[in-house]
Amino acid sequence: MPVTLRVNGVVHELHLDPRVTLLDALRERLGLTGTKKGCDQGACGACTVLADGKRILSCLTLAATCGDGEREITTIEGLAGDGGEHPVQRAFVACDAFQCGFCTPGQIMSAVALLAEGRAGSDAEIREFMSGNICRCGAYPNIVAAIRQAAGETREPGRAAV
Amino acid sequence: MQPFDYVRAAGVRDAVTAAAAGPDAAFLAGGTTQVDLMKDGVFAPRTLIDITRLPLRGVTADENVLRVGALTTMEELAADPVVTRRLPVVREALLLAASPQLRNMATIGGNLLQRTRCRYYRDLSCACNRRTPGTGCDAIGGQHRMHAILGTSDQCVATHASDVAVALVALDATVRTTGAAGERAIPLTEFYRTPGDSPDVEHALRPGELITEVTVPLLPDGTRSGYLKVRDRVSYEFALASAAVAVRVTDGVVRDTRVALGGLATVPWRSRAAEDVLRGATAGEDTYRAAAEAALAGARPLPGNAFKVELGKRTVVRALSMVTGLPE
Repeated sequence: MPVTLRVNGVVHELHLDPRVTLLDALRERLGLTGTKKGCDQGACGACTVLADGKRILSCLTLAATCGDGEREITTIEGLAGDGGEHPVQRAFVACDAFQCGFCTPGQIMSAVALLAEGRAGSDAEIREFMSGNICRCGAYPNIVAAIRQAAGETREPGRAAV
Repeated sequence: MQPFDYVRAAGVRDAVTAAAAGPDAAFLAGGTTQVDLMKDGVFAPRTLIDITRLPLRGVTADENVLRVGALTTMEELAADPVVTRRLPVVREALLLAASPQLRNMATIGGNLLQRTRCRYYRDLSCACNRRTPGTGCDAIGGQHRMHAILGTSDQCVATHASDVAVALVALDATVRTTGAAGERAIPLTEFYRTPGDSPDVEHALRPGELITEVTVPLLPDGTRSGYLKVRDRVSYEFALASAAVAVRVTDGVVRDTRVALGGLATVPWRSRAAEDVLRGATAGEDTYRAAAEAALAGARPLPGNAFKVELGKRTVVRALSMVTGLPE
């Protein structure tokens, strides 16, 4: 079926089987492999993207449901602007907020949304509202620190409460 | 995933007509359970009717009733100012469920219809009367720590997974639907079916019938409500036991109350027995313990989930203590 996807400001005209998830369309058809396939069943958060600014799981979203081009999809590849990396991307690097890096694009997309939602009030709140993103390496303390830093908090990297 | 025809519904009537066209048609809203089950082959519709763009989204309220469009997401409902002010039990149940990503996708109508998290239901290699009637139940003799102790049968012990449905059952919410035979309203307390001899029949909806709205009577002034969820980790996990409670206390006496249990039963479990104990009694731990005993009196635990009987009672006591300001 014809599917029109609007991703990172670019409109793509595709022909897809209705079974194709947004995740597979991004990775396999558009070559946007920054979005990761972890569990593929909505449990790990590695596939997190933004749809009209809201964080969603692309593995449980059928591409066809975004297929009229009316939903603006933002992936990790679309975060950086003319001024370079997004502040959350810079904070993740500055705070060493990853080890293997596989979950990182999902963590960053989720963190970008978390900041927009105003949920960075405390470490506890950050942890609660990042709980849909699993990090098998256990980089959580530095992920929290990175989000605090990006939120404009003055806290040294790596000193976040565990 | 089994191939299917994808149809985008242009309106409610259009969606219902499309659903009536075939027995294997299904509606798709948030997809958070449904797409997952389709990948696993548990759910295999021939026609998938995308209802995500229907005008069934949004929350309105008057002095007495909250009206929730069926496609309102969990996050949208949790953020509603009337819900925040008048129905904290609903807001808490929503925000303690799933993750922000899932709450941005999942709709209220879909949440009410979500399927059990029973591992055997989701594994095609296992016997499951709910998925495939007549095949047996591998959970009863298997790993059933998470399973139900209330409303079970010899056919099925699967737990209903929703949090917000527990709150809505406590609040006497009503489900409004449109089907081939027209519109109707179904009290949520009469909506769900315990498994009995036909675990595959989960609710009162007829084939092709669409939930359009959920209405929730607002609690009277002076009523306190809350949702307590007990689970294996502090976030992003299903309940081992939960309680949605609302209590109005004056002069130290419980004047009115609602109690419903989650994580313990095959359906969102309203406990009239607990309410009968509470109503007219002195507010306090002894009364709450008596109510908890009444709520769990009919429990039929299995060896692997016998701990849930006491856990359920303590959850009820703590929830009531929490909303009435007693030490927890």
